[in-house]
Amino acid sequence: MHAESQIRIPLILGNKTYRNITDDIIAPIEGKANRLWYILFTISSLGFLWGIGCLSYTIGVGIGAWGSNNGVDWAWDITNFVWWIGIGHAGTLISAVLLLFRQKWRMAINRSAEAMTIFAVLCAAIFVTLHTGRPWLDYMLFPLPNQFGSLWPNFNSPLLWDVFAVSTYATVSIVFWYIGLIPDFAMIRDRVVKPKMKKTYALLSFGWGGSVRHWSRFEEVSLVLAGLATPLVFSVHSIVSMDFATSIVPGWHTTIFPPYFVSGAVFSGFAMVLTLMIIVRKVYRLEAYLTIKHIEYMNIVIIVTGSIVGVAYLTELFVAWYSGVEWEQYAFLNRATGPMAWAYWIMMTCNVISPQLFWFKKLRTSIAFTFVLSIVVNIGMWFERFVIIVPTLCRTYLPSTWNSYSPSFVDVGIFVGTIGMFFTLFLLYSRTFPVIAQAELKSILKASGEEQKKLAADHAHH
Amino acid sequence: MATKQIIHGIFGDEVPLLDSCAKLRAAGIRIKDVFTPFPVHGIDPIVGVPRTRLAICAFIYGITGLSLSTLMMWYMMIHDWPNDIGGKPNWNYYSAIPAFIPITFEATVFCAAHGLALTYLLRCWLVPGAKAKNPDPRTTDDKFMIYLELNDEQSKKADEILRATGAEEVNYKGTITIEPKY
Repeated sequence: MHAESQIRIPLILGNKTYRNITDDIIAPIEGKANRLWYILFTISSLGFLWGIGCLSYTIGVGIGAWGSNNGVDWAWDITNFVWWIGIGHAGTLISAVLLLFRQKWRMAINRSAEAMTIFAVLCAAIFVTLHTGRPWLDYMLFPLPNQFGSLWPNFNSPLLWDVFAVSTYATVSIVFWYIGLIPDFAMIRDRVVKPKMKKTYALLSFGWGGSVRHWSRFEEVSLVLAGLATPLVFSVHSIVSMDFATSIVPGWHTTIFPPYFVSGAVFSGFAMVLTLMIIVRKVYRLEAYLTIKHIEYMNIVIIVTGSIVGVAYLTELFVAWYSGVEWEQYAFLNRATGPMAWAYWIMMTCNVISPQLFWFKKLRTSIAFTFVLSIVVNIGMWFERFVIIVPTLCRTYLPSTWNSYSPSFVDVGIFVGTIGMFFTLFLLYSRTFPVIAQAELKSILKASGEEQKKLAADHAHH
Repeated sequence: MATKQIIHGIFGDEVPLLDSCAKLRAAGIRIKDVFTPFPVHGIDPIVGVPRTRLAICAFIYGITGLSLSTLMMWYMMIHDWPNDIGGKPNWNYYSAIPAFIPITFEATVFCAAHGLALTYLLRCWLVPGAKAKNPDPRTTDDKFMIYLELNDEQSKKADEILRATGAEEVNYKGTITIEPKY
């Protein structure tokens, strides 16, 4: 067994036993939902329905229903796509990168963060499939023989790289998530009494038994998948950024984009994890597992990635000036002082200034403040993508193509719909799935449990 | 034909479990299996589980993905229908390689990850509808079980060791007849 330094703050509070962990994780699944759950579920599924309506309308009449126009041909669709894909990044970062770094605090949050990743990627997929205009022809993106389309797809194009990157990312995330879920489904299968539930979880658990050989393989598979998912998570948003960076549009054609997009993605992803986990710990009374220390760790990641994003914004401005390219200089001048300067300054305030408040320990350990700030960060990150796309496309090379943009109700409706879908799926997930990777959590109880640490300390003194 | 006794040694904690496993092995008793609610670190060498070769499989799948995607892009972009796109010609694979790196990488990861996951599930026979492999449902909650199949003489020895090392229960679950191998 692994002993841990006494200086480290316990990750599991109170005097918990293995049985207590089982009981606490199974409680939301066996118990009835409370009123708050029903209220949240109703609101989010109504939003989801509204989104389905606007989506059907778009398919019916075409993307002319959107606010996009000849000059501004990418607008809310791609803004929302990049925003959702970015949010997804925290899940893989927590489960893969933190696994490689052996960060034990990931164990309380990785399951829900991965669920969030999958739901966010689903939301993102809606926008990329729709924005092609004729989504029923999207199969032409795949490398199918010429009879199906006009030609082979162009493998030189970052838009095609994106198809491969996002599909690999989505499927690998689902597999990684499910392999971790199998032992926990088995625990639920062995605990529940209702025959229908037992049958369902028996099917989901694939017959897991917890044999020593299977655990040995499980750990190897987790480690190798983490090793594969780590470069994958960095590649996905790098490739998303290349959709912009390989173009010749001033304001997009910059080499800083890949690292800047990746850190922005982790920044917004952690903010979304915080929003969700603060709700989950309250609604399901999981305060013993999702402690203030967990929140503080996540807030530290937010300071780091938020600062990287801030440096990237300033670097962009500096390089635009230093390059001497007047188109580039104008693109940034237009963002900061042009007709959509308000969006730029919302972005600057939310992403650069607000996370710096977390340098104060009092603020980064305050749940209420963290909750508010996590939402502020996500608003800021939405505006970042909006600022990159819309004001830039409103002012390209030819002044005769200069344009303005405002979203239609359909744009807003589909966006609201994806938020509704995201929360509907998350709420359903949180009532039927083990929201914490309980098997992994049990493995750190001896080393990181509060009572267990105290006992170890007493033992050392005598 | 040999008749063997099935024994379930149940423990409430992993420390006595590891101790018991070590003592059973020292007494020359073969541990058929151990069921635990979570991965107990350091148990593999004690029980005698060899290191899994799944990582090697993942490497092979990755190489396969890399080769297949290279072949695909070479065929589509260079061989079948070469195009000059934006002043970047595709007359040979070597000169066009930078544009192919992202998809080569994605395909490598795709094949390695999915191949690995499938191999793992099939090797452990974790498939939808498979019967639960743990003989006692408490082993996914908070109990640890040593599963033994032994002849009468060894059973007695094992029973002593299990109880001496702190087993909460030693359950006899009938006998199993093992056909000799010719």
